[in-house]
Amino acid sequence: MRTLTRLDTQNRHARRELDDKIKGDGPLARHTVTINGRCHAGQSSIHESAEKHVSGKAAYIDDLVLPADALHIALGLSPVARGMLTRLDLDAVRLAPGVIDVITFHEVPGHTDIGPVFPGDPIFVETDISYAGQCLFAVAATSLHAARRAVKLAIVDIDEQPARLDPVAATQCEELVRPTHVQERGNCQEVLQQADQVIENDLFIGGQEHFYLEGQACVVLPTEDDGVIVHTSNQHPSETQKLVAEVLGIALHAVTVEVRRMGGGFGGKETQASPWACIAAIIARRTGKAARLRLPRSEDMHVTGKRHPFHNRYKLGFDDQGVIQGGEISLIGNCGYSPDLSDAIVDRAMFHADNAYSLGSARVTGYRAKTNTASNTAFRGFGGPQGMMIIEAAMDDIARHTGTDPLTIRKRNLYREGRNITHYGQTVDQCQLLHTLIEKLETDSAYWSRRKAIAQFNATSPVLKKGLALTPVKFGISFTAQHLNQAGALLHVYTDGSVMVNHGGTEMGQGLHTKICQVVALELGLDLAQVRITATRTDKVPNTSPTAASSGADLNGMAVRDAAIKLRERLFDFAAAHFEIGLDREGMHLEDGMLVAGLGESERKIPWGELVQTAYLNRISLSEKGFYATPLIHYSRTTGQGRPFYYYAFGAAVSEVSIDTLSGEYQVDRVDILHDVGNSLNPAIDIGQVEGGFLQGMGWLTTEELKWNDKGVLVSDGPATYKIPTFGDLPDTFNVSLLEGHPNSMASLYRSKAVGEPPFMLAISVWSALRDALSSLTDYRISPRLDTPATPERILLASQALRVKTL
Amino acid sequence: MANIEFFLNGTPRQCHVAPDTSILVLLREHLGATGTKEGCASGDCGACTVAIVDPHAPAPAYKSINACMTPAHQLQGMALVTVEGLASNGRLHPAQAAMVECHGSQCGFCTPGVVMSLFTLYETSVGEQSLPSPEQLDAALGGNLCRCTGYRPIRDAALQMLTRDQPAGWTHEGSLGLSSAQSSVPPPTDDAVFFYQPDSLEELTKARARYPQARLVAGATDLWLETTQQLKPLDQLIDITRVKALSDIETANFNAQKGWWIGAGVTYTQLEPLLNDHFPSFAHLLHRLGSQQIRNRGTLGGNIANASPIGDTPPVLLTLGAWVELASISQTRQLPLEDFFLGYKKTALAADEIVSRIFIPRLGEHTACHAWKLSKRREDDISAVLGAFAYRLENGRLHDVRIAFGGMAAIPKRALKAEQALEGKPADANCFRQAQAALEHDFSPMDDVRGSAQYRRLAAANLFERLYLTLSTPSQEVMLHAYAH
Repeated sequence: MRTLTRLDTQNRHARRELDDKIKGDGPLARHTVTINGRCHAGQSSIHESAEKHVSGKAAYIDDLVLPADALHIALGLSPVARGMLTRLDLDAVRLAPGVIDVITFHEVPGHTDIGPVFPGDPIFVETDISYAGQCLFAVAATSLHAARRAVKLAIVDIDEQPARLDPVAATQCEELVRPTHVQERGNCQEVLQQADQVIENDLFIGGQEHFYLEGQACVVLPTEDDGVIVHTSNQHPSETQKLVAEVLGIALHAVTVEVRRMGGGFGGKETQASPWACIAAIIARRTGKAARLRLPRSEDMHVTGKRHPFHNRYKLGFDDQGVIQGGEISLIGNCGYSPDLSDAIVDRAMFHADNAYSLGSARVTGYRAKTNTASNTAFRGFGGPQGMMIIEAAMDDIARHTGTDPLTIRKRNLYREGRNITHYGQTVDQCQLLHTLIEKLETDSAYWSRRKAIAQFNATSPVLKKGLALTPVKFGISFTAQHLNQAGALLHVYTDGSVMVNHGGTEMGQGLHTKICQVVALELGLDLAQVRITATRTDKVPNTSPTAASSGADLNGMAVRDAAIKLRERLFDFAAAHFEIGLDREGMHLEDGMLVAGLGESERKIPWGELVQTAYLNRISLSEKGFYATPLIHYSRTTGQGRPFYYYAFGAAVSEVSIDTLSGEYQVDRVDILHDVGNSLNPAIDIGQVEGGFLQGMGWLTTEELKWNDKGVLVSDGPATYKIPTFGDLPDTFNVSLLEGHPNSMASLYRSKAVGEPPFMLAISVWSALRDALSSLTDYRISPRLDTPATPERILLASQALRVKTL
Repeated sequence: MANIEFFLNGTPRQCHVAPDTSILVLLREHLGATGTKEGCASGDCGACTVAIVDPHAPAPAYKSINACMTPAHQLQGMALVTVEGLASNGRLHPAQAAMVECHGSQCGFCTPGVVMSLFTLYETSVGEQSLPSPEQLDAALGGNLCRCTGYRPIRDAALQMLTRDQPAGWTHEGSLGLSSAQSSVPPPTDDAVFFYQPDSLEELTKARARYPQARLVAGATDLWLETTQQLKPLDQLIDITRVKALSDIETANFNAQKGWWIGAGVTYTQLEPLLNDHFPSFAHLLHRLGSQQIRNRGTLGGNIANASPIGDTPPVLLTLGAWVELASISQTRQLPLEDFFLGYKKTALAADEIVSRIFIPRLGEHTACHAWKLSKRREDDISAVLGAFAYRLENGRLHDVRIAFGGMAAIPKRALKAEQALEGKPADANCFRQAQAALEHDFSPMDDVRGSAQYRRLAAANLFERLYLTLSTPSQEVMLHAYAH
């Protein structure tokens, strides 16, 4: 499937034609598993909530109707980044109109540390303040406005200390949130001594605010048995269940967490949705009333962690063809004040410091620097993008150094047979696919003729310069924490034949629930309309993993399929034994709402409804649970070696940009993408992930700039100052295709591949193209430094140093 | 305080809320209509977009606005359409159906706002011969942030919906025939808490004199941040939008110059046709001022009276030699715009005065004007630096040079020394070099979230190089097409 975006008539026509083909049973809707010519997985079914989205009927947390006496919570936040809380006088707050309850560290009945994996995240400040925006207290009032106004009446004295904000300095003095980890293969020192050429460089890669359109929000209702029901916008209900139980000092079975949908997550609601649920749960239990906590946008931005900024450095030896022989890469992740998920995030940065290229004999070191900012957290790609940036920077640098086109250098360094083992010891299966994919994209996008045209343009254009770059993506799929690679599902068939399915994954817009319904419809031979998915709840499917690491469909889809197959087989056994007409058990299948047995003249059909009714009357269970655990994966943090990933997803993008060397303004003129999703579960949804991921990645590398003042207070704290891509940032020409005919080599769900995160990193091509345009100012002899985000300011400062002035 | 009477999705409603209640809060918290979402409460994300129409207008047309930044009291006599009101008889509106078919929603949270922007686009362009241009699409949708889709399917939906017919029976015409409701909120009965909508200049200046501490409100695009972001009460509000004299544009002679008097309450959207015809560079700038939702609300008078150092129109108006008219109950006075800005957010406005009109002189013969805005993002962003240049080129020499900058000082300010370096001089490299050097003495800009002082200084100086190249090598493209005009 491909999409084309260009507003001239010819392309509009082409797009319409393609759209027709992908609809329904068109040839481009690749039916990955076909049972007698009919299936549901593989179709471009619309999002299960689409009609509700467009009519305002899809309910988010703040839309839930609460009892009239429900409370609204506002937070008191630290205005300083580091210090000791010496006085917290909340008397005036308690007396403010509408205020019902005020809580601090001392009112927490159970655990006060809500660190998700490692300790270090106090629910409220006791005395030590670690970042500006840290929670000091919470106020519950009869309206949000009353609660927010009351917060302002607090008297807070803080003995302020200088904030530590430099992660490089923190690393030097071993101010780390977790120990340093090393992955090493071969002897890199020896290689660096013997290599034809050695270069080194460093790069700063900025962080990124999630900017989910729905901010953090939850509603907690007290239950009659001293427990709570938590409605939350949350990627990890099971973890929230555990933390709420611990904070209240009650058992997990007294806490039920429900997530119907999120208005965006992107990793920002994996661990950082829990604190609000914990606070609201304390209020709900103390007051016996429903309690809602919704963070206004700027508070959300101050309080929650972001994508980790990284300071990366490489020293690489290569031969005269520019092929890397080995070297060292060091990655410093700015983790903020606490561990959160930083151990795994810096690990994933390390796992992707090679991107698609063999590093030869390499040593990769990952540091987890501690600073006085919010605790940085999961964000689409989970460190992978930051890791990849350094090797893509190196590719451009080697190209300029050797006077070769960057694409040639990239292709020479790709993993290939004989050079297909990563620095952490995993063999790159399907590495040939990288070559196939890049060669096809190179041709389809006319890379070389455009390269020539751009060189000509640049030679005659003094102010405007164009740049072009093709960058690949190889992204490892699996949680690197092995135990998270499991999933459960619950499938009910009711006596009218309608089906309800639940699983451990959460819907944040990525279309997971749609894909899950497609799996059930396929396995049970039903129309999608007969399958309904309801909210993710910890009392339906327990002990779930976060919906993260692109794993939602891979894991939960397999668990759901497991349940559906078990149920189907039970119905087949029953049908074969029960029906008097004598049904052939062999070859029995479900299709078009019928059980079909036998062939030709002996073919018999039983309608699904009748089958289900009969089974019920004969006391056959119509409910089933499913389970899945990813096989084969392992990794040792002692040796830094293993096979952490079940498989890799691949992709590549070509971006063309123009820059104005006088103003630093730029525009993305054209983007061509070819991306590998194995056999697509839903081409329209997968394309949506590719395009959305790309634009989000482009925002990260271009206009999305996080700024703190010298005291460590975030100053880019709203959409007026933090600029995510808008409609006009959609490239004029945007051709996106899914790679056809290459199923996953591993036995994943219908041989599909995960698609949530990998396309994000295709946007590195935009950054590389900007650098290419800047490099043209030096006749491609110098590889200019371009830290990210590459704002107009950074482009201007880089070009000003290189350009020929006319005045 | 008086009830607000308005139509919501075709049904008459009466509500009683505090003056600082927004339409969004009215909908979500008072009327239980939660389809419209809050994404930022600062008018920057568009999740709360609704459509509003004034049935009393000569040619009523739906306008998209941000519900989070619009006072509920301004609904008086208006018809409001929200996402819940689009489907009829169980059939989706073309804007909705196209979004579904094109896979235009993912998480769905921005979707109601996107749908409402599409709805207003549909209502204003259905039946047109050609599909909207990329610029028209940018304008219609640039104020709706989506974090999931990457916008391609939304663009497809915008084009696809226009091939669909208006569903039979979909109409809110009933609300357009609205006549019984008063068109404005009557004078205050409570002096402490009110939202007053005077309907004449006289009533307005009287109210200003009587309530000098009250706040004036028009588009509320900046004022409303005080309540949504800083939680300050806005208890006494005087709304200028119902004063007809303040929403007129008149051709006039003033101070021996031909030009136009622009009412202070004229919105950017209303201003657009005039600027398109006479000041294309200014018109282009307008496309990058806020979003469509903001341009439908924000006023020229507001941009001036607000006196922000980063307002987009003041530098241009300074180079055009604009005047402001200030009115009080006792007098009307005019002064050149540069005399209006006194210091950071400080103006020449007396406590009993309002900005009533702005005079923009017509560009003279051989006179050119450029307005160049530099910001992090092209659409809907606030300027880091805005440079405006006006000059008359005669026999290769520059005359009547007026240059002003935003973002370079505590007020929008002319670059007098740089002007001097160019005035009467040939447009050659040497003079522009001297102007660049002089600029160093005109401004000492600041570091802030939008840019460093170094960047501002450099970018501002480079705009002189851009102007030089524009004049010396007119055939050479020196601006990107996305920014050029």
